[in-house]
Formats: sequence, C-alpha cells, structure tokens
Amino acid sequence: MTVYSSSRGVSAAAFALLSVIGCSKSEQTAPKEETPAKAAEPSAPAEKSAQPIAIDGSSTVFPISEAMAEEFQKKSAGARVTVAASGTGGGFKKFCAKEIAIAGASRPIKDAEVEACKAAGVEYIELPIAFDGIAVLVNPKNTWATTMTVAELKTLWAPEAQGKVKTWADVRKGWPKEEVHLFGAGVDSGTYDYFTKAIVGEEHKSRGDYTSSEDDNVLVQGIAGDKNALGFFGFAYYEENKEKLKLVSIDDGVKENGEAPVLPSKETIESASYQPLSRPIFIYVSKADAERKEVQDFVGYYVGDGVKLIDEVGYIALPAETYGLVRDRFAKRTTGSAFAGAGSKIGVKVHDLLAGK
Amino acid sequence: MQMTATVSSDSQTSTRSRVRGQSRLFSERVIESLLVLSGVISIFTTAGILYVLASETVQFFSEVSLVEFFTGTEWTPLFADAHFGILPLLCGTLLTSGIAIGVALPFGLLAAIYMSEFAPSWVQRTLKPTLELLAGVPTIVYGYFALVFLTPILQFFIPSLSSFNALSAGIVMGIMIIPMISSLSEDALRAVPNSLREAAYGLGGTKLSTIHKVVVPAATSGILASVILGLSRAVGETMIVAIAAGQQPRFTLDPRASIETMTTYIVQISMGDVPAGTREYRTIFAVGSALFAITFVMNLVSQRLARKFRER
Repeated sequence: MTVYSSSRGVSAAAFALLSVIGCSKSEQTAPKEETPAKAAEPSAPAEKSAQPIAIDGSSTVFPISEAMAEEFQKKSAGARVTVAASGTGGGFKKFCAKEIAIAGASRPIKDAEVEACKAAGVEYIELPIAFDGIAVLVNPKNTWATTMTVAELKTLWAPEAQGKVKTWADVRKGWPKEEVHLFGAGVDSGTYDYFTKAIVGEEHKSRGDYTSSEDDNVLVQGIAGDKNALGFFGFAYYEENKEKLKLVSIDDGVKENGEAPVLPSKETIESASYQPLSRPIFIYVSKADAERKEVQDFVGYYVGDGVKLIDEVGYIALPAETYGLVRDRFAKRTTGSAFAGAGSKIGVKVHDLLAGK
Repeated sequence: MQMTATVSSDSQTSTRSRVRGQSRLFSERVIESLLVLSGVISIFTTAGILYVLASETVQFFSEVSLVEFFTGTEWTPLFADAHFGILPLLCGTLLTSGIAIGVALPFGLLAAIYMSEFAPSWVQRTLKPTLELLAGVPTIVYGYFALVFLTPILQFFIPSLSSFNALSAGIVMGIMIIPMISSLSEDALRAVPNSLREAAYGLGGTKLSTIHKVVVPAATSGILASVILGLSRAVGETMIVAIAAGQQPRFTLDPRASIETMTTYIVQISMGDVPAGTREYRTIFAVGSALFAITFVMNLVSQRLARKFRER
C-alpha cells in the first residue's frame, strides 16, 4: 500500500488506514505557524511565493526526506516540501512523468526507468545520501533462529520455495516443525529488489506466498505479534521498533568479511561488513527542477547541514568526504547514474563510484 | 389580497387562478422531472459501474483463462511468477464472513427474540437504539479494535494465533452485523400474527415452547433474509479485514492464520503503484466482478425471502 494521490477514490480510505496504524507515511509538512514569524527577518522574503517541492519514492528514504523537509521548512520561511512514500519503483514512475521534483530510491535507477525518463525528457542528478541495511527479523519469542546463512535465506525466499518450504525445519534441521510466517517489503520497493538480488540472486524474483506490504509498519506489527514470523525491511525501521523485534545475524559465507555471522548495526553497515544486505540509498533530483531556487536550497541542505539528521532517524551517514563529492555532483549538475544500469549492485563502495574509480 | 381580488372583479380572479394553476402545473413538472432525474442518475451510475467492471474484466480474461481464475489455488499476480487463482481470496472472504455470521446469528437472533417476545417496552426503547449504535461505529474503529484489542486477548488463549488473523477480524465483523440481524429478525418475529401465539398457548404451550416451535419457525424466511443480508455485508466489508486479517492470500480455512480477502486485495492494489491498464491492474476488476456477483445474488435471494415473509 503506498500511493496517496488524492485523485484516487480509495486513497482517502488508504490514508485513514495508515494514519491510524500510527505512521501516516504521506505527510504534507506545511510550515508551522510560528515559523514565518521567527524566521522572517533573516531569510529572504522573496521565497514566500516558492512552489512546493514534491518528493516521493522509497519508503526507506521517506523518514530521511521527512526529517529534512521538516527542518528545512523551519529554517526557511515560505518553503513547502511534501513527502510521500510510493516505493522506489512508484517514485520513479512519478519522477519520469514529471509529477515530482525529487525521487527517493533505495536502489539505483533501473534500465527501464532510465528509458522512461529519457523518453519523457527528464534528466536526473543522482545523489547517494546514506547507507541502509536490510534487517532480517524474527519475533522476540523465537529462540532458535539467531543466525542464518545466505543459503538458508535463499532456501526460504526463492521462487521454488513457494508452497514447499513451509516449516522452520525445512530451512534447517533441528528447528521446530512449525509453519514459518513470512513478511517482506512490497514488490514495488527498492528493498524488495535489493533483497531478492542479494539473497535469491535474481532481482525481483521471490516466492509469492507471504505478506507483502509497502507499509513497513504492517510488517513490524505482523512480526511483533507472531512467534513464527520472519521478515525483512530497512534497518532504520528496526531501530524504531527495537523492543518488539529480534535481529537475525547473517552469515554470508565469505571469508574476507570475517567468518562469523554479522548482526546489522551502524558500525557493521558503514564498514560494509554486514554483507550482503547493506547498501547505499539515494535521492534523484530532476535537472529541470534543480534550476528552481527552492530546490537548490533544499538539496543543498539535504546533503549539507541536514546530514546530521540522518543519524537521528536511524540511518548511517556516508563519510564526510563522500558528502563533498555528492555536493560537487549536484553543483556541477552531473546527470546520469554512476551506480545504475544493472540495478542493485551488491556491496558497492560509494566513494569509489562517485570519484569515478 | 386574494380576498380583495375576488371581491373586486370576477373575471380577474378567473385569469389569476388559471395562471396560478399553470404555474403550479409547471412547478409540479419541474419537481417530477427532478425526481426522475435523480432516479435516472442512480440507474446510470449502476450501469456505469457495471460497464467499467465488465469491460475491464473481459480484457482481463482475454489474458488469463477462466479456468485458472476459478480453480487456481495460488494468487500471486504481482510477482515474477504470476498466478491468478482466486480461490485463496475467496477462501479468505468466506472464512471471515462465516465467522462473522457464526457470531452475529446467535446473538442477533436471541436479541431479536428477547425484544419481540420478552422485553417490556421501556427496555425495548433503550435497547434497540443502543444495539443499532453498533452499526454506526466506523468500520476503521472496528478494524483497530480487532487488531490491537481483541487479537492480543485471543492470543492469550490461542498462542499460535498470528497477529493478523481471520478469527479476530471475523468476530469483530460479526459484532458489527449483529444489529442488522437483530432488527430484521425482530421485524420478522413481530410480523408473526398473535393468533398463532394464542393458539399455541391454548394448546398448553409454555412461552419457551411457543417461541421455539411456533414463532421462530413462522418467521424463518425473514430471519434467513436477515442472515443473507448480513452475510452479504460481511463479504463486502473492507476496512476491518484490511486492517486485522492480513494481506497474505492463503488457501486455507484455518482461522488462526493471516489471510487476504477479496476486498483487502482490491485495497492493496488500488493503493499500490500498479500502473493502470496492465494485467496486474485489471486483476482488481476481475476480483471486483466476482465480489459483485456474490453480493448481488445474495441480495436477490434475501429480497425474495423478505418478500415471502411479508406476504404472509
């Protein structure tokens, strides 16, 4: 569940549903009333007539964009930023249709999306903004699945597993003969694409008989209340719900990363030792919109002063010198993707790619 | 004014009344055509809905075989390996609706019997509106009631219950349709002529045996009509199941598991990013048509039954 475009009849209901779930993902953060009064003197009054900046896309990037939008609006009077979460794929659809200025993405743009944007004449500036890990989670009452290997995860999630791999015992001998209840990020999300690529080996392929939702809170709720649940979603959502969930440490079977299974944490994700499930996440800024003053200011804040917020919302900031490269990239309006083409790459080094190595 | 006019000149009066008659005729025509218009609008709306449903469904079935749709036990239209068997969704819908009726029928019927046969009028006057309040609770509230209140309680008794499950959603949906069943059944019970009751008492029947052997059987068709109407309401209910029953199409009748109903699926897709005009998108029209067919038939049956009891 994802798009909250007001044109659709259901979306009202959808919105109601989500907001009560406890996290409405689409937030129109209108400037707070006291803000203009406070910020009026220092900042330029000309900004009052600024067009709203529309952001959509990955639900993984959403919390960052939301925090950025909130702080940015506090700082600059009259600025309006709307943030929604349609999933990475959904965001790119809107981005290439010129509906939004900035698309959040938890994987690089895909070939098909590159084509769609090209056909519509939309040029984009790709900016990596942070790291995220995909966490594999179980219920706190689950005492057996403390570590899993990539191979075991593949057994569980591969398309062939559908209807066949049903119980924990099917995954590893000795585990209970009870049905596994699977929860995973929705098929339109970059998280799904990245997870399937990293675990199953083929992007966008997995079994289909599990609860698949673009709303990460549905997944949290599902896993938190079910002893036999296992699911995956962005590490930051785990951070927000630590008490209700339990992390599974992942053993990728590659000796260079250390032989022991690794738990995702800020350190292991930043150092890329949590493999294969840590990845950079992005925003894509439309080149045409980048000419707008308010968009320049906002993106400048996003990869400049705003970086301190990334840690606050549970993500892992890039190294400081990498942000320098990111700012250069935006300043030079470098279009195209350094990461893309083949979709998600596993275990990339952001700095190297940006530096063109 | 009128009076003076009548007195002053007869001829004037007659012209005036003719004018007034004409204007009345005119305003009546306006009102009549407004009424016809509003009737026609609702008919056209229905026709429009039917047309959209049918045309999209026909396109859908040009790509997916009817046999697969009705007999397939896997429903994974969004995944790379797409299957279009509606049975898991149908199963989910029937399971939750079945549980709902299982809850609503006994409670609704007993409440109806109490209100029509036992309750003094002041109790009736307070109880009936109170019961009907249940129907006025927004379904989203019921949904969260099921998810955050009832499910944890049920999990205490049934540890293997998933946090999204058919049982809790079904029970709450049952509570929602109690007033529907109770008030329709009460009408049916009241419609049973008193002469029947008196005859039963005359034959030495107790109050209980009269109700049990005479009144309720005589009102059967009305009660059945209420059950079918309640069932059709439960089949079409969306919010409660979308929130509390889960989003995993599963071909099972296990009420402890997380399932997906037809309505939930439609919600899930229409809120997602499936581009319009694709096969994935048309699935919701196919599912919608099936849902429409089910509720339509049930409403017809219920109407027929209700008419039968009214005739008596």
